[in-house]
Amino acid sequence: MLSNEVKDKLISIVTKDNFDDSKMERLVYSYDATPNFQSMPDAVVSPRNTEEVSEILKICNQYGVPIVPRGSGTNLCAGTCPTEGGVVLLFKHMNQILEIDEENLTITVQPGVITLDLINAIEEKGLFYPPDPSSMKISTIGGNINENSGGLRGLKYGVTRDYVIGLEAVLPNGDIIRTGGKLAKDVAGYDLTRLFVGSEGTLVVITEATLKLIPMPETRKTMLALYQDLSAAARSVSKIIANKIIPTTLEFLDQATLKVVEDYAQIGLPTDVQAVLLIEQDGPPEVVERDIEKIAEVCKLENAVSIQIAATEEEAMALRTARRAALSAVARLAPTTILEDATVPRSEIANMVKAINEITEKYQLTICTFGHAGDGNLHPTCATDARNHEEMERVEKAFAEIFEKAIELGGTITGEHGVGAMKAPYLEWKLKKEGIAAMMGIKQAFDPNNIMNPGKVFAKDSKKRVVITR
Amino acid sequence: MTTLLEQEKIQQQFKERMNEDELLNCMRCGFCLPTCPTYIESGYKESHSPRGRIAMMKAVVDGIVEPDEDFERSLELCLGCRACEPVCPSGVNYGHLLEEARDIINQNKKHSLPVRAVRKTVFEGLFPHQNRMRTMVGLLGFYQRSGIQTLARKTGYLGLLPDNLATMEKVLPKVPTMKEMKNRPEHLPALSEKVHKVAFFSGCLMDTMFMKTNDSTMKLLQLAGCEIVIPKQQTCCGALHGHSGEKDGAKELAKRNIAAFEDLGADFIITNAGGCGAFLVDYDHLLKDDPAWSERAVAFKAKIKDISEILVAVSFHKKVKLELPPQVITYQDSCHLRNVMKTASAPRTLLEAIEGVQFKEMKEADRCCGSAGIYNIVESEMSMVMLDYKMVQAKATHATTIVTANPGCLLQMQLGIEREGLSGKMRGVHIVDLLAEAVK
Repeated sequence: MLSNEVKDKLISIVTKDNFDDSKMERLVYSYDATPNFQSMPDAVVSPRNTEEVSEILKICNQYGVPIVPRGSGTNLCAGTCPTEGGVVLLFKHMNQILEIDEENLTITVQPGVITLDLINAIEEKGLFYPPDPSSMKISTIGGNINENSGGLRGLKYGVTRDYVIGLEAVLPNGDIIRTGGKLAKDVAGYDLTRLFVGSEGTLVVITEATLKLIPMPETRKTMLALYQDLSAAARSVSKIIANKIIPTTLEFLDQATLKVVEDYAQIGLPTDVQAVLLIEQDGPPEVVERDIEKIAEVCKLENAVSIQIAATEEEAMALRTARRAALSAVARLAPTTILEDATVPRSEIANMVKAINEITEKYQLTICTFGHAGDGNLHPTCATDARNHEEMERVEKAFAEIFEKAIELGGTITGEHGVGAMKAPYLEWKLKKEGIAAMMGIKQAFDPNNIMNPGKVFAKDSKKRVVITR
Repeated sequence: MTTLLEQEKIQQQFKERMNEDELLNCMRCGFCLPTCPTYIESGYKESHSPRGRIAMMKAVVDGIVEPDEDFERSLELCLGCRACEPVCPSGVNYGHLLEEARDIINQNKKHSLPVRAVRKTVFEGLFPHQNRMRTMVGLLGFYQRSGIQTLARKTGYLGLLPDNLATMEKVLPKVPTMKEMKNRPEHLPALSEKVHKVAFFSGCLMDTMFMKTNDSTMKLLQLAGCEIVIPKQQTCCGALHGHSGEKDGAKELAKRNIAAFEDLGADFIITNAGGCGAFLVDYDHLLKDDPAWSERAVAFKAKIKDISEILVAVSFHKKVKLELPPQVITYQDSCHLRNVMKTASAPRTLLEAIEGVQFKEMKEADRCCGSAGIYNIVESEMSMVMLDYKMVQAKATHATTIVTANPGCLLQMQLGIEREGLSGKMRGVHIVDLLAEAVK
């Protein structure tokens, strides 16, 4: 509970309308899209501008009140679950596109802008912002930046980090700073922009961002390659890239995933094959044509049973939309879906797929695997039931083994979903003690009182999985 | 006000009656958020979103929170448009959760005496009795024809009503006389080569206040080669009851309808109101725990079809010439027709087949217009916000005709036209009435 003193001070900053500590209002900000995490904040506050954010942070810093900045709560690492209570910051008033600069090819936005709204606004002008997380219809750009979101186009175009070139941020002490700018080059000091992207709200509150845009590719083409052999599909991924083709999108879906997605989307996805690669290339027409032909050849050499090319943009869109729904569609199988996003070097993708299947078998679980195969980033998703404690234990063990295998193959515990509270206990596996200590040093320099999204990234205990039952 | 004792009872019932699997099925991905009109219009308040409402229901079941005023308020403000369902990859049946929750709250809440009296009159005394519906609508006809309406408008008595009710009074259709409402057909032959025998669900309001629309529907069916039976024993579909937390009343009506339609030997049961149709196709859910009726409900449900679906299925628009004077038309989806009955393309196919008219899709035609049963009366403020947004989109198409497929939506469109001062320049019309016009 917030003391009356803190409450009064916060209200005096944002007015009564933008402060809420009623039980239901706190309840609906007690979760995000991560299963098994729920914890009530003490209040929900909606600042109207950067100055108000600064004032709020000063108060919280003074009184040691945790701050959890939150977009639309679609993240998958319990990054916005207020595990230690405190104030949830909403950006519903700070949701404006401030400027589209067609000379410098940048867009400047407030954190509450919905990702898809941003994309639509710039595409009208023939510009392109590639990061397209599956939740982009509702995710906010502030959330994307804090989580360094990826998407289907990461293989060729990179992730959110690669497009953020300038930030306005508020430090826990209330200082407002600006990093980077509309600059192609800038080596003036440490690259704080890159540091803040993906910092999961543990260092600063981002209040404005300048993003890099690129010209819209002329055309694009989408295809499906169908396989009766999982490893053949996985091998194709590395082979395509080894052939010096970088497709925009190179997604993998196994049969279990295909079935649930088709059940939802009903667009005629093949459900009688073991795996499918969803491949997309964009660029000048002749290059796209040539690449798609070459990719088809590679897939056939790797025993693809069939190649289907989307005839229209509508068809291609339906395929992409279906892929984006994969995670939630798995929820059709069982009440609880737990997913991970272990990532390995692309060359190891076949080994990783094989390992996931063996581990699934070993622990007798239902795991659907899909993901950004071209990025080496897979999303093995377990359909389970949080009420079945015995099975939940097996799920935990299986995922621990998957992490272990990923690291052994030179990979990481999370490719794009973030550490949050969910993967914090495993972070040390990847970074070692020294790595954690270095990061902790940075955290303390910015946030000595540990008010910024506490409990995220850094776990109290390593290795032992933290599961807070809802 | 809900007393503490009532809250305890409600909480207990939530534990006993809410479907826990369905609640858990929501994995909180948030894909529903951008489609929820109340989430958007409330300024992105999670408590007015489907994900938020499900989280609250679950928290009440789990005993984390009590079903307080805020909880009730959030459920009341939900339109029940069910736009969140088709976009839910997990397939959560939000509508069923909402209905159950509303029923629990309503059954355990002591309404004030006047509210109780009104509810009893409406839910038990009026809608289930077609003769009383006729009398009620007949009185409206008397009001319209006798000169009282003119008098009421001139004397300013209507000014005593809330703004939108007074406007609503203006847009009510000219209703038929008592005599016309009593002489309804029970059987009609096909007017071209017979392809189907169908039964027509005539509805309570549709067969009184909107009787002309029912006539158009039957005419189109006849022209399309359908022999029609219209069983006298049928009654109100029960949607109003179901959505207002009167589930038992709805079940009784459902049984009467199933009995009325099951032995007719009809290929389909045709509806022309998205709101009714959507409730009829949910009878299997409504009666799932009643062994004597559950199978019969499944058989009933399988036959329900919206008028536009059957017309497209028998290629009516290809066989019959449809033509109208040049005009731009647009279409406002009925939420329940689209989201529950999954009928979205058939009405558009029919409209595009009319020669002479230009069909222009409005932006977000699939977003609720704010009518939502009696929502526009009980939640008038939010309803008018939604309607104003809708009218902006409708006007942007430069259409002079807004077509709908449900009486509630139709009245709301007419209300919108009146509020915008566009009466005379723009009209709202039910799709079957427009098609009937185009046949002439």
